[in-house]
Amino acid sequence: MSEKGNILFCGVGGQGILLASEVTAYSLLAAGMDVRKSEVHGMAQRGGSVTAHLRYGDTVYSPLISPGEADIVVAFETLEAVRYLPYMHEGSKVIVNTHRIYPPAVATGRMSYPENILDELVQRDIDVRELDAFDIASNVGEVRAVNIVLVGILSTYLPIDEEVYVNVMNERIPERFRDVNIRAFREGRKVAAQ
Amino acid sequence: MTAKSTGKLWLSGNEALALGAFEAGVKVASGYPGTPSTEIMENLSKYEGVYTEWAPNEKVGLEVALGASFVGVRSLATMKHVGMNVAADPLFTSAYTGIRGGLVIINADDPEMHSSQNEQDNRNYAFAAKLPMLEPCDPQEAKEFLKTAYWLSEGYDTPVILRTTTRIAHVKGQVAPGEKTASSVSPEIVKDAAKFVMLPANARNRRKFITERMQKLAEFAETFPENRIEWGDGTRGFITSGISYLYVKEAFPKASVLKLGMVWPLPEKMIRSFAEQVDELFIVEELDPFLELHIKAMGIRCRGKELIPAEGELNPGIVKKAITGEDSSMFAPVALPPRPPNMCPGCPHRGLFYALSKQKVFVAGDIGCYTLGFLPPLSSMDSCVCMGAGVSGVHGMAKALGEEGMGKEVAVIGDSTFVHSGITGLINIVYNDSYSTVIILDNRITAMTGQQPNPASGTNIKGEPANMLNFEELCRALGVKNVVTLNPHNIREARKILREEIDRPEPSVVISRAPCVLIPAEKKRVKIPFRTIRENCTGCMACIGLGCPAIHWVPVTPEEAVRMGFKEKQKGYSAISTELCNGCGQCMELCKFDAIAKEEDR
Repeated sequence: MSEKGNILFCGVGGQGILLASEVTAYSLLAAGMDVRKSEVHGMAQRGGSVTAHLRYGDTVYSPLISPGEADIVVAFETLEAVRYLPYMHEGSKVIVNTHRIYPPAVATGRMSYPENILDELVQRDIDVRELDAFDIASNVGEVRAVNIVLVGILSTYLPIDEEVYVNVMNERIPERFRDVNIRAFREGRKVAAQ
Repeated sequence: MTAKSTGKLWLSGNEALALGAFEAGVKVASGYPGTPSTEIMENLSKYEGVYTEWAPNEKVGLEVALGASFVGVRSLATMKHVGMNVAADPLFTSAYTGIRGGLVIINADDPEMHSSQNEQDNRNYAFAAKLPMLEPCDPQEAKEFLKTAYWLSEGYDTPVILRTTTRIAHVKGQVAPGEKTASSVSPEIVKDAAKFVMLPANARNRRKFITERMQKLAEFAETFPENRIEWGDGTRGFITSGISYLYVKEAFPKASVLKLGMVWPLPEKMIRSFAEQVDELFIVEELDPFLELHIKAMGIRCRGKELIPAEGELNPGIVKKAITGEDSSMFAPVALPPRPPNMCPGCPHRGLFYALSKQKVFVAGDIGCYTLGFLPPLSSMDSCVCMGAGVSGVHGMAKALGEEGMGKEVAVIGDSTFVHSGITGLINIVYNDSYSTVIILDNRITAMTGQQPNPASGTNIKGEPANMLNFEELCRALGVKNVVTLNPHNIREARKILREEIDRPEPSVVISRAPCVLIPAEKKRVKIPFRTIRENCTGCMACIGLGCPAIHWVPVTPEEAVRMGFKEKQKGYSAISTELCNGCGQCMELCKFDAIAKEEDR
């Protein structure tokens, strides 16, 4: 496993993408790597398509991933996985939460939600891993922990020990949400290993 | 892999700037929220020993900071790029007065317009106002440059502009905390009319001082360690600054780079010497050809905007492709349903815009979450220029159209925006007597930038109780005789009131008041969601017309319709995602078929 990489988080504003990217960033830092992360706040957070770019390695300059250079994409929603296709390359690893959130044109009946849209990735030799993180989060008793389930799945692609993540969550997540998030993280790892 | 402790903090550019202001010993800081600058003041308000505030607008904020500087304390004003336009009046003359305590203006530009109405390049302000400007490339530099800015300000008797962009403000990186520094000036009242009273005789003298000061700063720029050359192989040379520097390093790690930490004034000798020692000189900068123009004016041959895009953000891929033609991207985008931002479920603006969409009027809009009322299905905004432009503009329309235009146009403006720049426009409507109607969308907070309190909220930046501006009393005091308050969740009543007020042949103000659903108290409030009673739904799509994220349309085939007990021609039915619903009830009010009910009434 190389000691550098580009991770693109994408999804819908309000899905907890910032927290997911924060837990991942802190864990990479704790493992001794340089990390840079870029987010967008403001208008984009109002239910729109959002991203966080995370880059790690010995020395990182640009906080932005260039098109064609995302090694791992964590997509919180199916359409959003495909929206960021230009950031992927052959062999990119894409984790897709298959839970659907209808964009306005679909919710108002003006367009339909495209079926089998992930074929667009698969036919370009992109490594797609589909999971219903909403379902997994429901099973641990907290649907809002979808983001941490995805961090758990992502962790199996990164060279960092489970304990590092757990320590980060113990330090960074408020006590009343801590246990359920750690459970969600472990459940994500378990499902990823299946 | 073992964890490594470095003693460094993990901060965004804005968090680092707040720390930098604290380490620089700033005593008074004032700003108006604006993406991507907002979190500087929010974070600074958590530090001890520094007074922070949200000002009504950026002009007030800068004048507060300038006043604090005049009595000898280090002060700070923060704003987004368009806020600098509002603050430009004090900015240009503060260049003449200079300072006593260090004064820094942090200006955050938004290339790509992630959350802005334009992408102006505010480096031009440094040139136009004759002020020095520093531009960091990451959070660590942001903090250090802010401290340097105070040192420069006091050393050269000048306000200093520190420019960031979205990819500095909202980028997170490792930052080392540093020593606290202190002002060389002591706080006291000093009368110095020749310096502070800018009437022509004094201003002419200060104009000469500015020329001398900029010459001294240009000399300083030649030896400023943050203007530095990183020698590479010498074939390609790049002159760059800010975030573009990181893109150049990523794309061309072996090239020679002149990194400018100070983008105005420029170190001409250093630039000339660098240019002579490289085969090919490129200027890499986002937005305007600012460095390029000034370097070309020195008579130096270089290439910039003929290769590098002048619109939008750059990234390493764009820089590399522009210089070498090599493209790192493999795949073109796939056509998908777009996902623009949307007003939240339960947003009070939605009810008002729905009511407005039925009035067949031109809606002169403004800047805030409510600008999203432009999007379908509401499609209820017909112009949006800058803060306050709707209120002033609707009066212009009334004067242009005369009686023909009566009842055909209306202005909408948010509570914070009204305080920022709408009040003077309303005074004009009354004074110069037009029939214009102004709707104040009062959701009790500055919502778009993340729920900052404003003068009408009743709390200050720290959440402490503060005077609550009363819009009804204010508007009456301005001379508006017709001031009506409505609840935008009651759509039918809102439609009726709007029609009456829009048709009224004299000035009127409608205050549409209901709290933003993202205010902490509202988030905590237990909300009973609504649900659809499917068998009653006729597929009329009235609720769908709200464009609420919690409501979606489920299409059905004729066979499915019959099987579900609908008429064969029914095309589908509405469904509510109860986990998203905030229980505002706007949809129930629109439903004529009893197909929407509160969850508790099941």
